[in-house]
Amino acid sequence: MTWSQMQPLLEQACAETLVMVGWSTLIAVVAGLPIGVLLVLTDKGGLLQNTVVNKVIGQVVNIGRSMPFIILMVALMSFTRWVTGTTIGSAAAIVPLAIGGIPFFARLVETAVREVDHGLVEAVQSMGGSTWTIVRKVLVPEALPSLIASTTTTIIALIGYSAMAGTVGGGGLGDLAVRYGYQRFETGLMWVTVAVLAVAISLIQFAGDYAARALHRRGGRSGPSPRLRFLKAKEPAAADISKVA
Amino acid sequence: MITTTGLTKVYRSRGREVTALDGVDLHVREGEVYGVIGQSGAGKSSLIRCVNLLERPTAGTVTVAGQDLTALAGRGPRAGRDLRRARSRIGMVFQHFNLLSTRTVQDNVELPLEILGTSGKERSRKALELLDLVGLADKAKAYPAQLSGGQKQRVGIARALAGDPKVLLSDEATSALDPETTRSILALLRDLNRQLGLTVLLITHEMDVVKSICDSAALMEKGRIVESGTVSDLLATPGSELAAALFPVGGEASGDDRTVVDVTFHGDSATQPVISQLSRTYNIDISILGAAIDTVGGLQVGRMRIELPGRYEDNVVPVGFLREQGLQVEIVGQEAPALVKEGVK
Repeated sequence: MTWSQMQPLLEQACAETLVMVGWSTLIAVVAGLPIGVLLVLTDKGGLLQNTVVNKVIGQVVNIGRSMPFIILMVALMSFTRWVTGTTIGSAAAIVPLAIGGIPFFARLVETAVREVDHGLVEAVQSMGGSTWTIVRKVLVPEALPSLIASTTTTIIALIGYSAMAGTVGGGGLGDLAVRYGYQRFETGLMWVTVAVLAVAISLIQFAGDYAARALHRRGGRSGPSPRLRFLKAKEPAAADISKVA
Repeated sequence: MITTTGLTKVYRSRGREVTALDGVDLHVREGEVYGVIGQSGAGKSSLIRCVNLLERPTAGTVTVAGQDLTALAGRGPRAGRDLRRARSRIGMVFQHFNLLSTRTVQDNVELPLEILGTSGKERSRKALELLDLVGLADKAKAYPAQLSGGQKQRVGIARALAGDPKVLLSDEATSALDPETTRSILALLRDLNRQLGLTVLLITHEMDVVKSICDSAALMEKGRIVESGTVSDLLATPGSELAAALFPVGGEASGDDRTVVDVTFHGDSATQPVISQLSRTYNIDISILGAAIDTVGGLQVGRMRIELPGRYEDNVVPVGFLREQGLQVEIVGQEAPALVKEGVK
């Protein structure tokens, strides 16, 4: 297979992957962010502590995370048809990709938001801030570098999932590699596809890291790092008061 | 200005109960700097967090500026509108500053104003004015990570003042700072207290903080206030642990056959040459074991540990003389205050 034969195939596959991953990432981020934040807020000791809601969301997320993507795609077929009117093609693949991406991203959001210093939450509470204010002005902005890193991870995971979209005729790079490389022994095209994927993922990772680091550098941390704070202990000199006792 | 009655906080976890506050009655008058001092785990942190209800007290009431906050709190764990509005009129500064790292200094100071719904123009005017007040006008566009600890705490103070509070709560505000920065932050708090008539309630484990800026102080132990009052009253109270800790004098007796006496001078008595009078009147040799003069709560106070020859029984008359001069006298290692009183009579 010559390069001129490969080129149109690759171009089309790239475009399909881009559409599938782009839309599903967008949906996963938009839906996963509030779910992740809610997981933190409703957790024990959280601002909206609610064990029932927390357990229910947590379980749903776990089920979503534990299901192999190919099974999820099949299981969601009737839902996909209801949303897009079809169960084949790129548009149809976006639905399970997004549904698979939501719990994945939500867990990452949960971890990122949990790492925000509780002192900041307390400070805004002491100013009279509501829970919504705290989410908007503290939790999300302070977790932003981590959230960007989480988005990068989600995009890469979704590119991986999208390889399976070929089973519903969604196309994309992974599908190209399977159909030509595996089924037609076009090893050359398969390796080219792998190379394209490798380059794409490296670029995405680089861009994500760069953005996260740029934000982090601007902000830095207020106060000593958590590790240092631990080493320093909370009250460095209790010596003065010991004279009283 | 701040009154708590029977304030109790019990933490429950896994069936165990820990009483952090055990019926605390605190009374902070308007315009004073009130220090609560105690060791780690004494309950000071719980106390200050209960004042603006960041922690819900298990029992008791908190009144700030005539408003019963515990009544505003409602039953649920969430802070209702009324409580949030009341909190916005109580400033708070923290040990670890708690500045938002993604906002500039100016934006950090504007945050409470955003919560209050102040317009953008007014917010930036007010924020710059406050930054000027704390001496950081040139750092408005910097990020907290670019500031030193003392500068961060100044931002924290400016932020706490943004809502025009009448009361400022300081939760170990200087504990993460070096001694020199601590002094400058305390001086700033003192200035704000005087200039703005701000009532300050601070908790600390450093005696120096109480010594340098507090009008009144309370000592906490195991969730209770064991001693409290104005600093000058405390210094005049015989046997006050706080007074002794505020103003320690050292020195051990040089032999068994000696009487060691702690003498505290304040007010007019500080200017009288009592020791030489004592020596001349009774013809005894007095050794000074330790002495210090300091300003505590804005008052000149002197304390001296002296040694008189002979046992206490031999020195009843000289000690009586010292009391007559209006000095506060404590016999070190003497376990019989009743006897001391008889001696005076």
